[in-house]
Amino acid sequence: MVDSKHQWKAWLYLAPALVLLLVFTVWPIINTVRLAFLEGYSGMKAAGGATFTFGLENFEKVITYKKFTLTLKNTLLLCVLTVPISTFLALLIAVALNSIKPLQKTLQTIFFLPYVTNSIAIGMVFAAMFNVVGSALGTPNENLTSVGIVNNILQIFTGKDHYVSWINSNSPEWANMFVMTVYIVWNALPFKILVLLGGLQAINKQYYDAAKIDSTPRWRVFTRITVPLLSPMLAYVIITGFIGGFKEYTSIVGVFGDKMGPPDAPGRLNTMVGFIYDSLAQNREGLASAAAIILFGIILVVTFINLWVSKKRVHY
Amino acid sequence: MTTIAEKKLAPSGSNKLSTSSRIRRTIMGIITYAFLLLMALIVIFPFYWMIISSLKTLEEYKLNVPTFWPRLIQLKNYADAFQAANLGRLFLNTAYVGIVSTILSLIITILTAFAFARLEFKGKNALFGFLLATMMIPGELFTITNYQTVNAFNWMDTYTVLIVPFLVSVFYIYLLRQNFLQIPNELYLAAKVDGTSDFKYLWKVMVPLALPTLISITILKMMGAWNSYVWPRLVTKSEDMRLITNGLRGASMKDATGETHFPMQMAAVTMVSFPLFMVFVFLRKYIMSGVSRSGIKG
Repeated sequence: MVDSKHQWKAWLYLAPALVLLLVFTVWPIINTVRLAFLEGYSGMKAAGGATFTFGLENFEKVITYKKFTLTLKNTLLLCVLTVPISTFLALLIAVALNSIKPLQKTLQTIFFLPYVTNSIAIGMVFAAMFNVVGSALGTPNENLTSVGIVNNILQIFTGKDHYVSWINSNSPEWANMFVMTVYIVWNALPFKILVLLGGLQAINKQYYDAAKIDSTPRWRVFTRITVPLLSPMLAYVIITGFIGGFKEYTSIVGVFGDKMGPPDAPGRLNTMVGFIYDSLAQNREGLASAAAIILFGIILVVTFINLWVSKKRVHY
Repeated sequence: MTTIAEKKLAPSGSNKLSTSSRIRRTIMGIITYAFLLLMALIVIFPFYWMIISSLKTLEEYKLNVPTFWPRLIQLKNYADAFQAANLGRLFLNTAYVGIVSTILSLIITILTAFAFARLEFKGKNALFGFLLATMMIPGELFTITNYQTVNAFNWMDTYTVLIVPFLVSVFYIYLLRQNFLQIPNELYLAAKVDGTSDFKYLWKVMVPLALPTLISITILKMMGAWNSYVWPRLVTKSEDMRLITNGLRGASMKDATGETHFPMQMAAVTMVSFPLFMVFVFLRKYIMSGVSRSGIKG
């Protein structure tokens, strides 16, 4: 029952949060949309007294901008590579963890370890592991000092002379993408394992007992019992995985630095979020806003597709 | 999968199972452990490599055949990295920003969550629904305008700009409201009968009962300050105003020939990672309970 005399008290409790939300959440939503539709808006020019007309120019510019389509391609590629791989691996690990007794707690702790890390810091560790030390790499005067620990391990299988330039100058794009995929998957595993293992532990053991009596093969038990009963958790980690994937930025800064690419090809691995910050740094707020709205639109669409698919697929 | 179910079905031991299924089970067990241990090794390896690299001399680091334990432990890397990355100053900045923003954020979150959980006012559900909806929007969309706003407020290069824009988190409000709702209403009514004010009830009853959630929020907020990179880089021009992660990526750690001094860099990375490890070791369960409900990092 709403006692109107006491309502003002409730608003008093809400006041600090509401004031801050108005300034730093509500106003940005309105203003960023406004800037996106102001043609060629720039904060610097606006301060100088310039005026801007309403229109779709920013969106047209962004979509036709080669730099932007490249970041769109990179972002999509990273999503498509990392979300399925990390979800599948996390599922395997969670199922395996759930089936063992000794060492379960210890292994669970180890698998959670990457969660509590700084993505820039550990990105630098991955850079060090993939880095090739030497001068004039990839040229005839190449002077190789050390191929890095990852190449060292790979040489056990491929032979002494072979190495891949993963992140250095002259490194191929697929190698850069491979490093980022490994790092992002490594980083994404702990959260997914945590959620999936929680889901597995909540499954009623009776289903497995029934399958046991019918002597159902292990693979069938997995595809017909485990996965369907786990589907709400799977949908959850896939959706959050895609949302995180579309906002990928700092992990690439961690490995490649804020040039977002190997030294001879800066910007090659730039993502949509990177494009937004670059535009902001160049005082092109209109462009940045349009890109941010496109990013939001993509996230919305992908989330709805995911929800729609999971409505059909998720059991219960 | 050796589950409890199997043991229940074979109470008198494994002699009831046929030999072939026992062999199959053993093989499955070996494969399971081999897979888990291999994955655990991959997960742990970067941490191991970070620490041993940070202790090597540059010469040893660059050896063609890598060493898996430093021949000569080089603690000097740590002192050098501390200086080169300006870590002392940045550490103090980060601690200050982290502590102040955590305290203020906790107060605001408690007040707001209480209003949404216990008090009655017009438009409560609509307002709460709106707040939850804003969680869908990517942070970059806010950043663009907030950058302009803090510029207009003349907040550039101050601690204020690192603290104030992020004080309210809808996710924390949501988390705490859920926790407050679990506290039985009878307690509130009893306190009302005794003439306890709302405010006193909040601080004396609800806050102590919701302590685990408040600890989760504190840890996530502190980790947020420790890991923030983009915003401080955007709104601070002076190197002395930045936060710890900025120093890490920004500092030039080169040797005499202009090559990256990796052992020094790894020493800096280890120093920045160390407090996070401590949090992990001692406060893991609070992080896990907060994390599994969100998917939000920091």
